[in-house]
Amino acid sequence: MKVVVPVKRTPDTAGEKVIDADSLTVDREAGEAVLCPVNEFSIEEAVRLKEKHDAEVTVLVVGPEEAQSTVRKALSYGLDAGLQITDDAIAGSDSLGTARVIAAALESTEFDLVVFGGQSTDARTSLVPAAVAELLGLPSLTYTRYLEVDGETITVHREHEEGWDVVTASLPAVVSVVEAINEPRYPSFKGIMAAKSKPLETKSLADLGVDADEVGAGAASATMYEFAPRPPKEAGTVIEDDGSGLAAAQLADWLVEKKFV
Amino acid sequence: MSEMLVLIDHSEDGPRKVSLQMLTKARELAEITGDTVAAVWFGPGAADAAATLGAYGAGKLYHWDSPDAYGYVTLPQVEALEYLIDTSEADTLLFASSNHVKDVASRLAIRMEAGVITDVSGIELAEDGRWVATKEVFGGDMITKSTFAEGKLSFLGVSSNAFPAEQSGGAAPELVAIDIELTEEAKAAQVVSVEKVAGADRPDIGEAAVVVAGGRGLGSEDGFQLMEQLADMIGAGVGASRAATDAGWYPHRYQIGQTGRTISPTLYLGSGISGAIQHRAGMQTSQNIVAINKDGEAPIFQIADFGVVGDLYKVVPKLVEELESRK
Repeated sequence: MKVVVPVKRTPDTAGEKVIDADSLTVDREAGEAVLCPVNEFSIEEAVRLKEKHDAEVTVLVVGPEEAQSTVRKALSYGLDAGLQITDDAIAGSDSLGTARVIAAALESTEFDLVVFGGQSTDARTSLVPAAVAELLGLPSLTYTRYLEVDGETITVHREHEEGWDVVTASLPAVVSVVEAINEPRYPSFKGIMAAKSKPLETKSLADLGVDADEVGAGAASATMYEFAPRPPKEAGTVIEDDGSGLAAAQLADWLVEKKFV
Repeated sequence: MSEMLVLIDHSEDGPRKVSLQMLTKARELAEITGDTVAAVWFGPGAADAAATLGAYGAGKLYHWDSPDAYGYVTLPQVEALEYLIDTSEADTLLFASSNHVKDVASRLAIRMEAGVITDVSGIELAEDGRWVATKEVFGGDMITKSTFAEGKLSFLGVSSNAFPAEQSGGAAPELVAIDIELTEEAKAAQVVSVEKVAGADRPDIGEAAVVVAGGRGLGSEDGFQLMEQLADMIGAGVGASRAATDAGWYPHRYQIGQTGRTISPTLYLGSGISGAIQHRAGMQTSQNIVAINKDGEAPIFQIADFGVVGDLYKVVPKLVEELESRK
């Protein structure tokens, strides 16, 4: 079977996050950019599909030239090949525009299963996997905490507020995974070395047959136009317990005063 | 004048709190625009909830009672909403910004070429008649304003606890039943069964007004019994830091942080959590933050409204006693 794992290059959560005031887009090079942490779970799941079903796995990234390091990082976990979509016209795309690029990239290749992370750590919209599925006319089996492929059938457990739905569908399909699905392994030294020589193909929008007008800031159906850092929080009350737990009384008073109890 | 649709998120027990918060906000906005607020209900239970939905602002209630609505993944709701938007005067859709509902909005937005903004914590009307949405990004580090491209259908995903839920004394809404025939495509992913987890009777951390959370400082899974005891006393949900879920002390589904859930309750009460940036990214938009931690230098105290430096195994049991005596 053929599997594609789309990954995202995101600002390090611990690093500085900068929005460029002119383009109103994330300056992905201002702080350290990393492979989005949620992708560790989608990559691990793909590695397991390799081990169990001998799957051939391609990493897909949409992003500028620098994003190549993100693909290499993903490949170091033992995946087979990389596909990078790079085009200046993509800059400023909203989630739905990004989904158009990913869907076109998927159409340019063969796949049985697409495995997304559940929610990127920067934008956190979670819109892309379902939008890609819609564009391709495929089932969107998102927020999966368990998945099993048997021939042409996929069974997943889709997590929700009260538990999960057990869902079946035929391949091809689009899934996204949540943290409960697995415990990601670290890349091996061998994997890191091998990643450097894995095939990596680069395509432009023209290669995919996507009109530049369909994506980018100009085509965005929703646009951010103003931003400000979160104002610093005023210092609260911090008290020290004397080891007896009696400070709890003051906390209880505060909770009552604030009408939480 | 047009219609503002509010997609009601509900469980078997009735509408979720976020639905009443959305109706309250929709009613407030509709007073400015002169729109009507129409609630949309999929699955059984609409008639029972009608009076409540009316009291919070729904003038009309579209309902599709078919078990098909939740019998297949996402697309039945997409097709029903597409039908409703096509046949009504609606140009705005409010939906709960929770995972499964976002999927409905995403697929519908592609289908109808709509704009969609998720995780919205504020909605205003701009002078040109477009909606302006406030939304926090980068785990709450940045607060942004966004708007829709001109002439686009506007889908707004509303965060839990962003708006108060207030009754307006409205009458029961006019009930309008809809019936649609699903396409074959919509039946491609079938829900075979629904598994409920233990503790599902406790409020979901995504919508709970109060969330009690435990971390590495609990030292073992037994500490979560204490967290649950405190939570049940004040009607809270229970969450965990990644250190605690990775250690296997509490299920991953309750992890708060950059790779887990994002919450913004009115009160967050964390014990044995140091407040690493990865955790803060999931909870710093909480309206009030209480921290109990041994280490006075822990970063959680920088964002705490009330902090106790001390042994949580001394402080929390005492807190339970104190709260019991104040009941």
